[in-house]
Amino acid sequence: MPETLRPMDESPALRFLLVGIALTFLGVVVGLPVVAVFVEALRKGFSAYAEGIMDPYALSAIRLTLLVAAIAVPFNLVFGVAASWAITKFDFWGKRFLTTLIDLPFSVSPVISGMIYVLLFGVHSALGSWLIDNNIEILFAVPGLVIATIFVTFPFVARELIPLMEEQGTEEEEAALLLGASGWQTFFSVTLPNIKWGLLYGVLLCNARAMGEFGAVSVVSGHIKGETNTIPLHVEILYNEYNFVSAFAVASLLTLLALVTLILKRIIEARTAHH
Amino acid sequence: MKPFVKPSVIPGFGLALGFTVLALMVVVLLPLSGLFVKTATMSFSEFWSTVTDPRAVHAYYITVTTALVAALVNVVFGLIIAWVLVRYDFPLKSLFDAMVDLPFALPTAVAGIALTALYAPGGWIGQMLPFKVAFTPLGITIALIFIGLPFVVRTVQPVLEDMERDWEEAATSLGANRLQVFRYVIFPHITPALMTGFAMAFARALGEYGSVIFIAGNMPMVSEIVPLLIVMKLEQYDYAGATALALVMLVFSFFMLLTINWLQKWGQNHAFPR
Repeated sequence: MPETLRPMDESPALRFLLVGIALTFLGVVVGLPVVAVFVEALRKGFSAYAEGIMDPYALSAIRLTLLVAAIAVPFNLVFGVAASWAITKFDFWGKRFLTTLIDLPFSVSPVISGMIYVLLFGVHSALGSWLIDNNIEILFAVPGLVIATIFVTFPFVARELIPLMEEQGTEEEEAALLLGASGWQTFFSVTLPNIKWGLLYGVLLCNARAMGEFGAVSVVSGHIKGETNTIPLHVEILYNEYNFVSAFAVASLLTLLALVTLILKRIIEARTAHH
Repeated sequence: MKPFVKPSVIPGFGLALGFTVLALMVVVLLPLSGLFVKTATMSFSEFWSTVTDPRAVHAYYITVTTALVAALVNVVFGLIIAWVLVRYDFPLKSLFDAMVDLPFALPTAVAGIALTALYAPGGWIGQMLPFKVAFTPLGITIALIFIGLPFVVRTVQPVLEDMERDWEEAATSLGANRLQVFRYVIFPHITPALMTGFAMAFARALGEYGSVIFIAGNMPMVSEIVPLLIVMKLEQYDYAGATALALVMLVFSFFMLLTINWLQKWGQNHAFPR
């Protein structure tokens, strides 16, 4: 059936122009950088690419990033569920203020997010000198990286769950409790199945940010090769050493992570759209 | 007197709220308050001379102007992209829709080195242009356009999707042409969302670090941004100086946060009656 042009539609020429502008802009601004990562990484062939990734410092950066995410993401998962449970299943004084405070880390520059821990744990603070006297390393060590990562990814899970659980209300939980289920039974067999996709969505975004965080982690890391360098920090070092092929090779891993994250995000969105 | 919490049969309030508040205190509030404590140890004249140092003032200027231009560019192209994604059909539409989220998902350092490779004098785009992009404020703006784009598209898109076409039909049947319909019906409806998207992209751009430092070149008094200046002061163990600059940025972000909240409220009241 030929498409008829209604007076409410734009002319085909204008449509074509607008689609052209939109896709060119998206292609140049967003698409090209991603293509550039892979082209630069493979510039000197596959063996140079593999060499960049299999380098012992790169491997230790990968291990460290996985370790940091393996602590920070579950922490924020538990925090996000607890915060959403308190905020959506109960009515209490100061609830809106609490929600605003949870979002706070999103509006702080990553550099400042790292810096507050330097001030807190650095040698000049009371806590910092106590830590040194007791030989506890936080700053320029793994615990500092973990806590800075927790800070920057703090709101992700809560932010996904709060609107979702708000919408679902409390009726199903009340019914389960009246039928004699315990609190934990109610959570695991009533609430959790209802929020699983939203929870997965939040965890996915939280993980992507945790593994890719640069500014905050850069400030607290101290950049010790093989010890406190996460993948993004390793990319920076390689790049500043003009070792471009290796820098882009390692960066391509993070790019793949971003692409996989987006694909999974789409799948979750498609699944939840049917409900 | 009203009780602190409304009575409910649902258990776990104490545990959930207790853990939430404890985590919030330890991870966010206590460390952030350290910033204010540290600033309080400086004398006012020290603080003032740090935040009004010519190099710092130039960095504010670069940070604010590049963020502003990038957010404005994103408003224009973000609106076109949102419009095209909502109203038209074209091949690979869902792929392009998914691409909008890439700047959210791609780590900033990766975006930074990729953009530098593209816009450096010998890069794919850089060699085609008669003027320098990388290592100038223009390069910073390019990086900030990249990271800010999803904010505008993703705030305008749902508003366009929800918009009833009745209003457009009414305007058209009353004799308005397409441009008039856009100018007097559609545009006023999406203005709050556009402004919210603008404010979010601008606020994010002010604090951005990872994607900017590679392409900026970081020349003092030319292409130095405030977050970089803070990092440099930290590396020289000038914690007081870094704190003073951070405080200026925090006050600015707080102001932006208030603006965004206000815009969102305005948008809700501003919507057409259904």
